[in-house]
Amino acid sequence: MAKRNVARTGKILLAHGSGGRLSHELVAKEFVPPWANPILDQLNDSAVFALSADGAGPRLAFTTDSYVVKPLFFKGGDIGRLAVCGTVNDLAMVGAKPLYLSVSFVIEEGLSLANLRAVVKSMRQAAAEASVQIVTGDTKVVEGGAADGLFVNTAGLGLVPPGLEIGGGRARVGDAIILSGSIGDHGIAVLSQREGLEFEAPVASDVAPLNGLVAAMLAASTNVHVLRDPTRGGLATSLNEIAQQSGVGIQIDEPKIPVKDGVWGACEMLGFDPLYVANEGKLVAIVGPEDAENVLNVMRETRYGEEATIIGEVVAEPQEKVLMKTTIGGTRIVHMLVGEMLPRIC
Amino acid sequence: MVRYVREFHDPAAARGLAATIERITSRSVNLMEVCCTHTVAIFRHGIRDLLPPPLSMLSGPGCPVCVTTNADIDKAIALAEQPGVTLATFGDMMKVPGSYQSLQQVKADGSDVRVVYSPRDAVCMARDNPRRPVMFFAVGFETTVPTIAASLLEAEALGLKNFYLISVHKLIPPAMLALLQAGEVRIDGFICPGHVSVVIGSQPYQFIPQQYGVPCVITGFEPLDVLQGIEMLLRQIAEGRAEVEIQYRRGVRPEGNPLARELVSRVFETSDADWRGLGCIPASGLKLRPEYRRFDAEEAFAINPPPTKEHKGCLCGDILRGVKTPPECPLFAEACTPESPVGPCMVSSEGTCAGWYQYGSR
Amino acid sequence: MCLAIPARVVQIEEGLGLVELGGVVREASFMLLPDAQVGDYVLLHAGYALQKLDEAEAEETIRLLTELAEAGRAEA
Repeated sequence: MAKRNVARTGKILLAHGSGGRLSHELVAKEFVPPWANPILDQLNDSAVFALSADGAGPRLAFTTDSYVVKPLFFKGGDIGRLAVCGTVNDLAMVGAKPLYLSVSFVIEEGLSLANLRAVVKSMRQAAAEASVQIVTGDTKVVEGGAADGLFVNTAGLGLVPPGLEIGGGRARVGDAIILSGSIGDHGIAVLSQREGLEFEAPVASDVAPLNGLVAAMLAASTNVHVLRDPTRGGLATSLNEIAQQSGVGIQIDEPKIPVKDGVWGACEMLGFDPLYVANEGKLVAIVGPEDAENVLNVMRETRYGEEATIIGEVVAEPQEKVLMKTTIGGTRIVHMLVGEMLPRIC
Repeated sequence: MVRYVREFHDPAAARGLAATIERITSRSVNLMEVCCTHTVAIFRHGIRDLLPPPLSMLSGPGCPVCVTTNADIDKAIALAEQPGVTLATFGDMMKVPGSYQSLQQVKADGSDVRVVYSPRDAVCMARDNPRRPVMFFAVGFETTVPTIAASLLEAEALGLKNFYLISVHKLIPPAMLALLQAGEVRIDGFICPGHVSVVIGSQPYQFIPQQYGVPCVITGFEPLDVLQGIEMLLRQIAEGRAEVEIQYRRGVRPEGNPLARELVSRVFETSDADWRGLGCIPASGLKLRPEYRRFDAEEAFAINPPPTKEHKGCLCGDILRGVKTPPECPLFAEACTPESPVGPCMVSSEGTCAGWYQYGSR
Repeated sequence: MCLAIPARVVQIEEGLGLVELGGVVREASFMLLPDAQVGDYVLLHAGYALQKLDEAEAEETIRLLTELAEAGRAEA
């Protein structure tokens, strides 16, 4: 088994925040052991638990996320919309109906009131679209240079219907893998505006609340086993997480994975692989084979699922690995993202 | 509309080429892809699955990240650690460990290390911050060297006094000669680097078939290019020929890009260079000409890098010469993984070890 | 060691211009390829155009590969 050393110098690197293997290690080694409990140990997008000791009665889903995206405003969205949708989606991925959000702002001194108002307005619109309410919050202001303008944290509460068990560990051999649409849109849209790497990519972030799509899918089938939104670390990282959590193998087909031309072009220029680029309005669903076509059709008739497609299936071997059949008919292993993805010339 | 990329991904053509390759591979054959971008293309598209067992693909030393020595990385780090300077680098070099640390770790410690996509971006940084020295870590082979030469000439034309280069550039044909002279591994054919050849053309490889009888095919990087390049090499072998052929005809002219070479020779002259794994190879590196020495970061700033250390057990050198495969290294996938690489072969996404680790192997 | 991709020249003026790939537009320097024209396909590496793509050769290679594909399909 590979020995993995986290930050030999004993410092946190930017790479620890990129959602790949180093991020996972940080959580597994530094956060889970001191705080361990059965709910945390599941490490799902949201924690799901019953309120009463005997486990009966309604179950709550509870999640939190912080948003540090730069720039604050990008094509297709902004940090506010991202914050609301990100947390709504984490709740939706465990099958919960999202209900309430808290919002915490860490504002850099000097942020313009106009920008703050634009973020707040965007959050109102996103919350309305997702049918959630922002019910409590906090605000701090820090010195210039400490917060990239604005950091946002959101926490969310939702209700999980009785009997619904959706989680990363529930994929079964033979299940179909459905992807709700094209990958890489968000990561490239954000990158295209960042200093030092300038593009005019006609790609907008896909940031969107997916709870409506999930509700339609769950109404159509009781065999949705896993839901995951592939954010930081991309589709490759999410599929690897699921393969590991479920102890199964995953096989996907490269030609079936939709990638918009603009995303593809930007990735070619920078040497990125779209499989590892962040998405904020897409989901992966692992569904029992008997219901796959049905769920797919329902998705295609629902907002944000119009381009849904089956990209592969769950297999027995190789266990805990993701294999991809390439466009020319070869096979390659798709690993989790290791650190940050950096532009390359080689 | 996207053109001239996806047309080279057709699976039916791949099958056709694979069938031909199988037909004309009669015995055990070792082909070396010199360039790391070919190594990655082979892994990324699963090309090995389409090749018959007697055909072995060896990875060569054409990975500028992998062949940069610890001493050179330590030098760049020492320069970056000076107060008030900016070090600009291609992303490829960020995670490569030197004797003690990588540029990524140096950045985490507070030094101003910035990733750029183009050397022009570094020139713009210098132009926009005239009081701040900006040093560019100039890594790369003949494909990249002209872009650095051009950007330096632009810095000169702008009258910039705060732009510097750390040149650790290396040249491919001398490394291929060193491999052939060492004779450690039987190489039956070379897949020559397509984009290096866009600049240097086909003439610099002529000594290989002429003096060593080894066929060469200058090959592009899309999967069908690679398969066609392999097929052309096997044909030469089957027909008892040894010459330099161009598969990548849409990009490579026999004469290369003479203007690019002229700009390079205006700014740089050849020098001996230290290659990880290959040692010192004569006339295989580039340094700034005397009239451009004022742009040399090492000359402008007095630095004292710590003593160079090599990592015990690391077989990057052997792997770069094609003498060993990654699983034969005692550190592979144990102490040396992409998250905590010991040697550069594991860091660079084109590094042989990273390729084996990430994409699996046969 | 060399990621370079074919991109189409959309604008060029005094050695600097714009290239396009899949709808992504980026600034590029033509210092190494001063004879480039709008509409040409060039190989882009690290923000510089390195060489003009020979479209006739590209089409010829594609034609050859298409023949191989047909032969492959016929045999299957």
